[in-house]
Amino acid sequence: MRVVVDLNRCQGYAQCCYAAPAHFELRGHEILFYDPAPPEAARGRIERAQQACPVRAISVEGIDLAEEDAP
Amino acid sequence: MSGRAGIVIVGASLAGLRGAEALRRGGYEGPLTLVGDEPYRPYDRPPLSKHVLAGELAADATALPQLLPLRARWRLGSPATGLDRNAKIVRLADGSSLAYDTLLVATGARARRWPGEAEFAGIFTIRGRDEAADLRAALARDPRSVLIVGGGLIGCEAASCCRDLGLPVTLVDPNPTPLARALGTLVGGTLAARMRAAGVDLRPGTQVRALEGEAGQVCRARLADGGSIAADLVIVALGAVRDTGWLSEGGLAADAGGLTCDGACRALTRMGVPDPNIFAAGDVARWPNPLYGGRLIAVEHWGNAVEQAAHAARNMLNPADPQPYAHLPAFWSSQFGLNIKMVGLADGADSVAIVQGSRAAGRFLAVYGREGRTIAAVSFDEARWLPAYAERIAAGAAFPPIHDATDQPAIETRPPGFPPPRPFPASRGRVPEAAHA
Amino acid sequence: MPEDALFAEVLDPGNRADPYPIYARLRRTPVARQRDGAYVVSTHAAIRSLLFDPRLSSEDLPPSRRPRTGNPLKDWLLNPIRNRVANAHRPLIFRDPPEHDTLRGFVMSEFTIARVNGLHGRVAALVDGLIEACRGRDTVCLVDDLSYPLPVAVICDLLGVPEQDEPQFHAWATRLATALEPDARRDEEARRETVATFDAIADYMRALIRRKRRQPGDDMLSGLARRDRPGMGEVDLIATAVLLLVAGHETTVNLITNGMLTLLRHPDELGRLRADPERAPQVIEELLRYEPPVHFRTRKALGDIAVAGTTIPKGAPIVLLFAAGNRDPERFPEPDRFDPDRTDIQHFGFGGGLHYCVGAPLARIEAEIALVALCRRLRDPRLLADPPPYRPGASLRGPENLGIRIGGIL
Repeated sequence: MRVVVDLNRCQGYAQCCYAAPAHFELRGHEILFYDPAPPEAARGRIERAQQACPVRAISVEGIDLAEEDAP
Repeated sequence: MSGRAGIVIVGASLAGLRGAEALRRGGYEGPLTLVGDEPYRPYDRPPLSKHVLAGELAADATALPQLLPLRARWRLGSPATGLDRNAKIVRLADGSSLAYDTLLVATGARARRWPGEAEFAGIFTIRGRDEAADLRAALARDPRSVLIVGGGLIGCEAASCCRDLGLPVTLVDPNPTPLARALGTLVGGTLAARMRAAGVDLRPGTQVRALEGEAGQVCRARLADGGSIAADLVIVALGAVRDTGWLSEGGLAADAGGLTCDGACRALTRMGVPDPNIFAAGDVARWPNPLYGGRLIAVEHWGNAVEQAAHAARNMLNPADPQPYAHLPAFWSSQFGLNIKMVGLADGADSVAIVQGSRAAGRFLAVYGREGRTIAAVSFDEARWLPAYAERIAAGAAFPPIHDATDQPAIETRPPGFPPPRPFPASRGRVPEAAHA
Repeated sequence: MPEDALFAEVLDPGNRADPYPIYARLRRTPVARQRDGAYVVSTHAAIRSLLFDPRLSSEDLPPSRRPRTGNPLKDWLLNPIRNRVANAHRPLIFRDPPEHDTLRGFVMSEFTIARVNGLHGRVAALVDGLIEACRGRDTVCLVDDLSYPLPVAVICDLLGVPEQDEPQFHAWATRLATALEPDARRDEEARRETVATFDAIADYMRALIRRKRRQPGDDMLSGLARRDRPGMGEVDLIATAVLLLVAGHETTVNLITNGMLTLLRHPDELGRLRADPERAPQVIEELLRYEPPVHFRTRKALGDIAVAGTTIPKGAPIVLLFAAGNRDPERFPEPDRFDPDRTDIQHFGFGGGLHYCVGAPLARIEAEIALVALCRRLRDPRLLADPPPYRPGASLRGPENLGIRIGGIL
C-alpha cells in the first residue's frame, strides 16, 4: 500500500508512532521517518495512524484504489 | 472542456497526480491523460535525497498514494517533445501526438548537470528515482571519499546521509555558509557548525573549477582557489533547471526558469497574453504571487506542487471565474538530526532575528524582515510555533511580528547575510513583470 | 442572555447536559470578552491559531484576574489552597517552555511506545473482568462499574503503584475528584479534606519514589525517579506523578462514558461497531470531536494578541473552548451530527499545540477496548435516563453515572 505524509503539516505529535510503530518513527525532536510502502497486512495500523494524526497529515491509498487506474 | 480530447496533463509527478485528482474531485468527467517522461507511476521525491541515499528505503518504495479513482490514460515513459497550440496537440517522444482541449503543464524540473559529466564515471545528480538508485548503489560500494558540489538543500541532505553512512565527505560551495541563498549566512552559520561537528569537511567560499579523472573514473576536483580535493564520488547539487525544453516551439513564455503564467495559473504567450487552454502548476510554473507583491516566482517545493495543482484544476473547471493563486511557500528538510522548516521567501530580506529558543540550545526560530515587514521564518527543531509566524507573514505583519512570547530571547535584529544575486541563465527571455499587471 | 455572560451559562451546572446551543451562540463572536475580563475563543480557526501562538501562557494567572475556570484541576490549583500547592507542586500542564519542555521530555522518555502499547493485554483483561463482574445484573452503572475503575487501575499499573495500594489510590482520586466540584470547593470542610488528600498523595508518592530509587521496577515512576534528570527535582517529580494520576483517569472516564452514551443514542452506530470492531478508531476520533472529555482549557495572554477581529489585551485570561471549535460549522459540515465516517476529523479532543495530551495514545487504547467490549458483550443495552445526571465540572465534563439496562452479558 502507498502512504505519504505532508511534512509541512506534521508537527511531530508522534501519535502515528504509537498507532503503527513499525511504520512511523520520530527521530530527534521532530523528524518523522515513515515507510511509504508498508505491506497491505499493516493497513489497519496505518489507518489507525492516519485517524490519530492531530493535523491530518497522513494520506493513504484506499484498498479499492490500489490496483485501479494502473498505468 | 467538453471536447472529445479532454484534459491532458504533461508531467506525472506530484503536481500532475494531485492536479488529476483535483479535476476528478471537482467533477470533471471527461477524458484525462497523464504523460510522464519516466516509466514510473507518480512517486515522492523528498525521501530520495534522505532515506533512499541512506539505504533505509528502496528507490522504488516512494510511489505516491492515489487518493481517488482517476479513470485516466497513462502515457508513461514517453516524454513530451513539442507543443502545437494552434492544432492543440502535444507531441511525444515515441512519435505519437496527443490532442487536448485543456492542457496542464506540470513537467517540473531536472537536476542541473555538471558540464562534461559524461567524461567520467562517479559523478551523480539527485532528482529522479533512477538517479537516486544509482547514487545509492555507488554509496553502498564504500567510496573512499565523497565530494558534494553545492550547499543547497539537496547537497546538505546528501552530506548528512554520507556522514550517517560513515563516508568521508567534503562539501564545496561558493557562499560563506551552506543554505546561504535560502536562509542567509547568519542562520546558515548554525548549520555549518552542525555539519562540521558531524565530520563534514566544509569548504565555503570556493568553487569547483574542474573535475578530473583517471581511467574514466572521477578522482579529483580542482578548486577556484587553486587547491584540489581527491574524490572518487562526486554529487553535483547545483539546483534544478525547469523542464520547459519541449515548449520551445509553442510560443509560450518559457525558459529554463519556468513557464510564466498569469495569476490564475494560465500560461502566457511570449506576447504576455494568457492561453485560456493551457495551465501550469508545480516547480515549472512561474507566476505573480500576490503575497510577494506580484513578483514572478517559481516555487520548487512539495507543498506548492499540491496546492497549485489543485488551484489550477479549479480554474480549469471554472474558466469564467479564474481565481488568483496566492501561496505562502514552505519547505522542510531533515539533516544532521535537525528538522528545518521554512515558510515564506527570505531572499531580499534586510533583517533577521532569533525570536524563539536560541542558537546555543540548537532549537530556534528566526524571522526575516524586509523594509519593516515580516517575509519569512525558519525553524530549527522548533516547528511548533511556525504556524503562528506563517499567519503573520501571510498578513504582511510588521517585523518582528510577535513580542512578549514564551521562550523568547531579547530580540536582536541583525543583517541576514544573503549573498549577492548570481547571474541566472533563467533570466534570459523573461517576460517583463508589467505584462501581468 | 447577553453575550458577555454566555460563559457563565457554560459554567452553570444546569446547562451541563447540553452546552452546545450556548457554544453555537458564543461562536457568533469567535473571541468574546466576558464580564470578568476573560476572552472566550470558540471557533475552530481562532482556537487553532491561538494554540500555536507563543504569546499564550499556561502559568498561573495573576490573582486579580483569576477566572473561575470550571476546570476542576485548575480551579483547585487556583483556589485558596493554591499557596500551599500551586507554586511548590506546579505540574507541567501549568508551565511554559522551556521548563515545560524539560518536564514533558522526561515524561515522554518514560511514556514509551513499547510501554504504552504493551498495556493492550492488561487493559483487555481489566475490561473483561469488569464486564464479567456485571453478570447476573440487569443494570450496569457504567461509571462505577467500568469507566472509573479501568483508567485508575491502568494508571496505577503504568506508574508502578503496588497492587495492594490501588484501593487507597482509588479513594484519594475519588476524594480529589469530589473535592474539585464547585460546591464542595466552597465548603470549608471539603477544602480541608482536599488539602489533606493532596498531602497524603504527596507523602505517599515521596515514599514510593524513595522505594523506586532503592529498588527500581519496570514502571514509569522508577524511570522518572532516576536521578539523571536535570531540571526535575523531587517536587516536580511528585507534581508530575500526581498529574499523571489525576489527568490519567479524570479524562478517560469521560471519554468512555460519553462514548457509550453517544453510541446508545445512535444505535445504528453501536450496531456497526459491534459488527465491525475495526471501525473503532474512526468512532473514537469522532467521539473526541463530538463529545470531548475536556471542553476547555485556560491560558493567559502574555502580550496583546489580535485574533479573529478582536485584540486580547496583555494579561487577560483566555478560555480555549475546544468543544465549541469541534462543532464549528465553518470547519465541519453538519457539526452536530455524530458521523464516524467523516474523512476530516481534525478535532481538539486532546487539545493541541505544545500541551497536546501526553496520554492520548493510552486514552485511545482504553476507549477502544472498552467501547468495543461494551458493544459486543452487553445484550440489548438501553439508557435508563437520558440525559443522565452530570458531574458539575464544565471543563472535565461527563456523566456522574450512566445507568444502562441490559438483557445480560454475552
